[in-house]
Amino acid sequence: MTTKTASIASVRSGLAASILALTIGVALLTVSGMAQATVLHDAAHDQRHAMAFPCH
Amino acid sequence: MTKNLLSSALFAGLIAGAVAALLQFVFVIPLLLEGELFEGGERLHFVIDGSPQSDRGSPGLGTEWGRHAMTVAFNLVTYTGYGLILGAIMSMAREMRGIALTAKSGIIWGLAGFVAVQLAPAVGLPPELPGTPAAELGPRQVWWVATILCTAVGLALIAFADKGIVQIVGGVLILLPHLFGAPHLDTYFGVAPPELSAEFAAISLGMAAIGWALLGYFTAYFLVRGEEA
Repeated sequence: MTTKTASIASVRSGLAASILALTIGVALLTVSGMAQATVLHDAAHDQRHAMAFPCH
Repeated sequence: MTKNLLSSALFAGLIAGAVAALLQFVFVIPLLLEGELFEGGERLHFVIDGSPQSDRGSPGLGTEWGRHAMTVAFNLVTYTGYGLILGAIMSMAREMRGIALTAKSGIIWGLAGFVAVQLAPAVGLPPELPGTPAAELGPRQVWWVATILCTAVGLALIAFADKGIVQIVGGVLILLPHLFGAPHLDTYFGVAPPELSAEFAAISLGMAAIGWALLGYFTAYFLVRGEEA
């Protein structure tokens, strides 16, 4: 019983960690690959082409 | 748990991003800068006398160090972002499906990431040289994201499903965005020689494959090591 509760709790905390990592990851990629603000676009330009993001 | 996942993805992203940037400077950026000569009109292809010949040769990396520093920086950001997502999915697969994780199996994860994030979208929207006019950005970004999601889910169904029918659904899901078709212009518009565009597309994909293999390896390596410590 205790073990089961503990393992469910560990899966939940694992899931929370994964969701947090996914969210930060998507945020970083929005900045480096998707956002069209001119300054960002120009700075990230060569990298976007090299990594095949849809760019301008 | 959270700290281990975030730090593993960060370390892996920094290593893979740094190596990927280095590879890009050797193989990819010189072609990109050569493409810019055509984009800016310093070199012309097929224009002056209708001749299909134009000079080959990259201008080299030049001296725009600020620009190249930004390329390194954004590679680190991009690979860290992909590392966080890859690490999150690895962790979930392990906890929910009991999929064992080792540094070596991380390479397979990384290559699956390459297929989903680089190769599948590139089938519809090949990596573009600067100066390649393309359809409007919005619809291309939507198609790009949708293709990545379909391919990733399709690969997961094929890898982890117990029933054959589910694996077939996974395969159909991977094909779906290509049957739908990527947004394209109804005219050919490119100003760069087709050979240069093709070389750029192929070599940028090849280098990204190395980057993703490293990302998968190191994300798994740090994840596993952090738990043992």
